[in-house]
Amino acid sequence: MGKAWTFGENMNTDEIIPGRFNITIDPLELAKNVFCEVKPEYAQTVKPGDVIVGGQNFGCGSSREHAPIAIKGSQAKCIIAPSFARIFFRNCINIGLPILECPEAVAGITEGDEVDVDLASGAIRNLSTGKNFQARPLPDFVIKIADAGGIVNFLKNHDIEELVA
Amino acid sequence: MGTLIEEIFSRKAGKTVHTGEILLLDVDYIMSHDNTTPLAIKAFREIGKPIKDKNRIVIHLDHAYPAPNILAAENHRKIIDFVKAQELPYLFQQGVCHQVMIEEGFITPGSIVIGADSHSNTYGAMGAFGTGLGSTEIGVAWVTGKCWFKVPETIRVELSGKTQPGVYAKDVMIHIAGLLGMDGGTYRSVEFGGEYIDQLPLHERIIFPNMSTEIGAKCGLIAADQVTLDYLENETPARGKGPFEQIRPVQPRYERVLELDVSKLGPQVACHPDVDNVKPLEEVEGLEVQEVYIGTCTNARYEDLEIVANILKGRKVNPYTRVIVTPASARIYKKAMQNGLIEILMDAGCTVTGSGCGACIGRHGGILAPGERALTTMNRNFIGRMGSPLSEIYLASPATAAYTALTGKITDPRRVLEDLKV
Repeated sequence: MGKAWTFGENMNTDEIIPGRFNITIDPLELAKNVFCEVKPEYAQTVKPGDVIVGGQNFGCGSSREHAPIAIKGSQAKCIIAPSFARIFFRNCINIGLPILECPEAVAGITEGDEVDVDLASGAIRNLSTGKNFQARPLPDFVIKIADAGGIVNFLKNHDIEELVA
Repeated sequence: MGTLIEEIFSRKAGKTVHTGEILLLDVDYIMSHDNTTPLAIKAFREIGKPIKDKNRIVIHLDHAYPAPNILAAENHRKIIDFVKAQELPYLFQQGVCHQVMIEEGFITPGSIVIGADSHSNTYGAMGAFGTGLGSTEIGVAWVTGKCWFKVPETIRVELSGKTQPGVYAKDVMIHIAGLLGMDGGTYRSVEFGGEYIDQLPLHERIIFPNMSTEIGAKCGLIAADQVTLDYLENETPARGKGPFEQIRPVQPRYERVLELDVSKLGPQVACHPDVDNVKPLEEVEGLEVQEVYIGTCTNARYEDLEIVANILKGRKVNPYTRVIVTPASARIYKKAMQNGLIEILMDAGCTVTGSGCGACIGRHGGILAPGERALTTMNRNFIGRMGSPLSEIYLASPATAAYTALTGKITDPRRVLEDLKV
């Protein structure tokens, strides 16, 4: 259970973490400046387990992995959005930051709502309004990566061919 | 049988593939740069397995190069030490990665090149599949030589007609970005073709796949033809030499076809703060700018510098406007110098910098102050990209940039220079 932080459409990687902060790859350092220009209070007050609720095309722009790493470093539990930009989508899966596609939940959650997310089933509950939502299932091979905790961990114990086997 | 992406992927997969399939494909080259290589090295070390094929790894120092601060220098040190220790054959410090990749013949028709940079879509101009990925996947590809792809749906952009004087490929692409929107191509292959594309030289073709990134596309493709093959034959080293098959779409089924007659189009500007906030130049003409930046993987090729030099020759840029020119690569810089373009630009009052990406990503070499507005030849105008979050970026063609440099205000390149009293 965590607090919802809402963001607008087309939230780009420069807004998630401006390029000038990308001189480090330390998740906790990056997290200090995550969303610093669009929502400066986020980095100051986010708590582990809070949930990011974004608009469509979340994470568009650069391929910089600093963006999902900064969010992961802030200890947010997951990102819910109607859709994700494609490199950002891959990056989140690869680094083990859970993402859920669910336009209905995005429409039904406002900033500050208490939200409970079951990552395994994709069930999203808005405890503040009592409404329940179901996220779209992720493709099988994506679940394989997510279950391993990211692509790096997957490859420690598997060959890449097993992804599509 | 299929769209251009289906045709390219089918050849690599060794079977006929269709939209929606998940493929694990061998990649021809794996590109990364100083901004993204450190995280790839981290992923590589964590995986703990050896590099599959050193000859497929290409690393560039271009994003903060030469180092503008100690941290960037440490970053370069770390990368160079890694390249030495792993005995990797390809390390470049010759300018913007995407331009150097093409110049050096790494991008050939039908090849698959992944890059830890969103504008790796640029390679589609050569009839190759190029796409941007995060650093972790680059580390994965170093180890496995492979990458997974979902065969995307295709949006075909069919372009007819010829542009009017003062209107360039950049204007056409900015207009398309406005029509499709910044998520209009998400997960899609965007295939550019038609009689307009067929007659374009390579340096103008490159703009379309390059900016397909801005509409969210997985790739932007132009089928290879004689123009592509001539470039490879005449301009690139041995690895770029054919023979190559001219892969074309065969009875393709497109998700959507966008038809556009470019002959009716005037100069376009993508206005602050989104690439799809596109206006005909007339609507923003006269807007004051404090900086003009001519550079990047989009529009700083020799021919772009030639357009700018022809406009600025014998004139002076506005004294209150910073005008910065960054040739896309060392090779372009050298040719521009040999042919006198650099002298013309310097005499006009431009600051010519070493090749690289620094200004475009707000690292160095052209950072904007709060309240400033820049007109640039870049592909991206996110808030704060070039510096202060209170600055603004407008995107346009090199010709519009050159006219704007003379007046200090956004200026229509169709105007007669004498009338501008510059």
